[in-house]
Amino acid sequence: MVLKAFFPTCCASADSGLLVGRWVPEQSSAVVLAVVHFPFIPLQVKELLAQVHQAGRVGLAVLGTWCHRRQGAEESLGHFLEGLGTIFSHEPWLQLCREPGSKLWSCKATRRQVPPRRGAPYEDQVMLVFYDQRKVLLSQLHPPAALPDRQAGDAAHSARGLAAVFDTVARSEALFRSDRFDDGPVRLSHWQSEGVEASILAELAKRASGPACVLLACLLSLVSAASACRLFKLWPLSLVWSKLSVCEQLRHRLEQLTLIFSTQKAENPTQLMRKANVLVSVLLDVALGLALLSWLRGKDRIGPLAEALVPVADHVAEELQHLLQWLMGAPAGLKMNRALDQVLGRFFLYHLHLWISYIHLMSPFIERILWHVGLSACLGLTVALSILSDIIALLTFHIYCFYVYGARLYCLKICGLSSLWRLFRGKKWNVLRQRVDSCSYDLDQLFIGTLLFTILVFLLPTTALYYLVFTLLRLLVVAVQGLMHLLVDLINSLPLYSLGLRLCRPYRLAAGVKFRVLEHEAGRPLRLLMQINPLPYGRVVHTYRLPSYGCHPTHSWGSLCRKLFFGELIYPWRQRGDKQD
Amino acid sequence: MEDERSFSDICGGRLALQRRYYSPSCREFCLSCPRLSLRSLTAVTCAVWLAAYGLFTLCENSMILSAAIFITLLGLLGYLHFVKIDQETLLIIDSLGIQMTSSYASGKESTTFIEMGKVKDVVINEAIYMQKVIYYLCILLEDPVEPHGISQVVPVFQSAKPRLDCLIEVYRSCQEILAHQKATSASP
Repeated sequence: MVLKAFFPTCCASADSGLLVGRWVPEQSSAVVLAVVHFPFIPLQVKELLAQVHQAGRVGLAVLGTWCHRRQGAEESLGHFLEGLGTIFSHEPWLQLCREPGSKLWSCKATRRQVPPRRGAPYEDQVMLVFYDQRKVLLSQLHPPAALPDRQAGDAAHSARGLAAVFDTVARSEALFRSDRFDDGPVRLSHWQSEGVEASILAELAKRASGPACVLLACLLSLVSAASACRLFKLWPLSLVWSKLSVCEQLRHRLEQLTLIFSTQKAENPTQLMRKANVLVSVLLDVALGLALLSWLRGKDRIGPLAEALVPVADHVAEELQHLLQWLMGAPAGLKMNRALDQVLGRFFLYHLHLWISYIHLMSPFIERILWHVGLSACLGLTVALSILSDIIALLTFHIYCFYVYGARLYCLKICGLSSLWRLFRGKKWNVLRQRVDSCSYDLDQLFIGTLLFTILVFLLPTTALYYLVFTLLRLLVVAVQGLMHLLVDLINSLPLYSLGLRLCRPYRLAAGVKFRVLEHEAGRPLRLLMQINPLPYGRVVHTYRLPSYGCHPTHSWGSLCRKLFFGELIYPWRQRGDKQD
Repeated sequence: MEDERSFSDICGGRLALQRRYYSPSCREFCLSCPRLSLRSLTAVTCAVWLAAYGLFTLCENSMILSAAIFITLLGLLGYLHFVKIDQETLLIIDSLGIQMTSSYASGKESTTFIEMGKVKDVVINEAIYMQKVIYYLCILLEDPVEPHGISQVVPVFQSAKPRLDCLIEVYRSCQEILAHQKATSASP
């Protein structure tokens, strides 16, 4: 196999010295991590390598020599470097050399032991692959080839292919801690040799985060203990809590905050990303909520809103009344059964009248309620949207009731019709065998059955029309609520930190690598530049998507249509923990 | 070493294949697709604007005209950035892997790199495409679970769609490198 030498771009202009790195025999590749400059004591170099091995569990060695000939170079340097091969024995021994000011490199890899098979070359062909050390150190491959487990054994068995290069650089962080201003025994050149990179703000934030996390974790545990108290599990309250979506949202947010402020450190990069995503999502939510609050307070909009609410509810109720009057007459030219029509129409009109009186009873308190709801927006825009969705559900409760009455009536009618139709044909439903069997009925059974069947058939259009109208209204309300839930879901689950990272620091999230062939001359070794191929945006969202509490509707369009046809009640979304109908 | 030859694709359009032999272990094939033709661009723009003028005479709302201009511009930018591929490149490096790059008309490049350890073979397959039977070059990936199985088939030069003569050239060069790689990796 061609020998691949991975060389960091920062060392391309370094002075002559020793190459230090890791040799991966399965892929015949040498990953160079740093260059050790003269003068050095071989014993100290070996000590340094042993230290790094202990810290990161990666076996480093001296791989060869690096020769960067300056002006007025000494020829003796070349012989001196060759002599070093005897002190640090390594198979194969790399010798990289670069002419000053030019792009001509030369590489040699020699094996001291003569290989057992005949006809094999004594010198291997070498291919140089340049890589940006800082980017490879900070980047994270997706999918993770093998998790770099610090407690597990050596890096020898963990990663395959190019992931081994990333793994090696990541584990050798201890090597990059010293820079050339340090007074250490050994002088190294690597990406931090001009000075260790750090930021004062990041350090201060790290110091301050410890006590702050502990304090907030205590507060949050108090709040969750209070909410889990037995008082809230009593029957009417537990029903109300489970139906309101704002409670679900608050619970979800509490869980997320507990996750962020927990005092446990994140074990792997995925967990760290999740924490960061949750934090950014919560911050954005609160910022949007405060913006909404300031907009509401700005021109004192709450008063006019409250005053407009009751007339709007009245208007809706009036429109419903007109609709019912229309149904009681001859809607769309259809002829209804007079008596049933009047009964149903009057029943719904009375219900509507009760509802209007209820709204008028509530009207003095509307402004106070709206003020408190607006205040809750400072907990986040999602909370405000959930409250809005709950208010819509409460205000359209009469539409929900009408839908349930219409659906139950229609369902009963359909059941009766199907069973009497079987009787009409002389069959019956066998409950034991779960199939339709033939049955001989008595004459009077047949007579009454047929009579009832005829009655139900002729009353079907009336009931079906009422059912259709109220189902459409209910679906409209469900659509509006569903839209709001979709928006809440979007804010809850979008991984904004990961998307921002992909935008600003694309090398952190790597899908793979890409190579570019650099200037090539015949007779010289092939030089490639290895760059990081960032993850596409779609995959970033898919990988780091936050889990949200709402579940998507479990039925497909086909089953929805079936339920509508047979008059079964539809519940468009189910919260976690709801029992099946 | 570099040379260029012209071939044709399955619809009869002209393609240019550029071969670069960097070293015995590294070869690159660059296939340039036919450019965006002025005729089709003019035809689409005229059609969109005629429709917009028709709607304008019906509705008397000048927003329709501005919307049409907007749509045309955005559509063209989107087409150039996401759809129109100018060049497709295949870089094969012995003992590293195979890299496929597509460059779009707006300059965007999208790259995929497959490591040599995952590549089982490079073959020419037949496929039924609409009413034609065409040949395409594809890379077979190894299945980690089953040693003789294939986990994925990755087609190459999907938007250029060259004919068999061009594919044979690329196939021969790839097989030389793969054979060399298998010979050297088999021996310890």
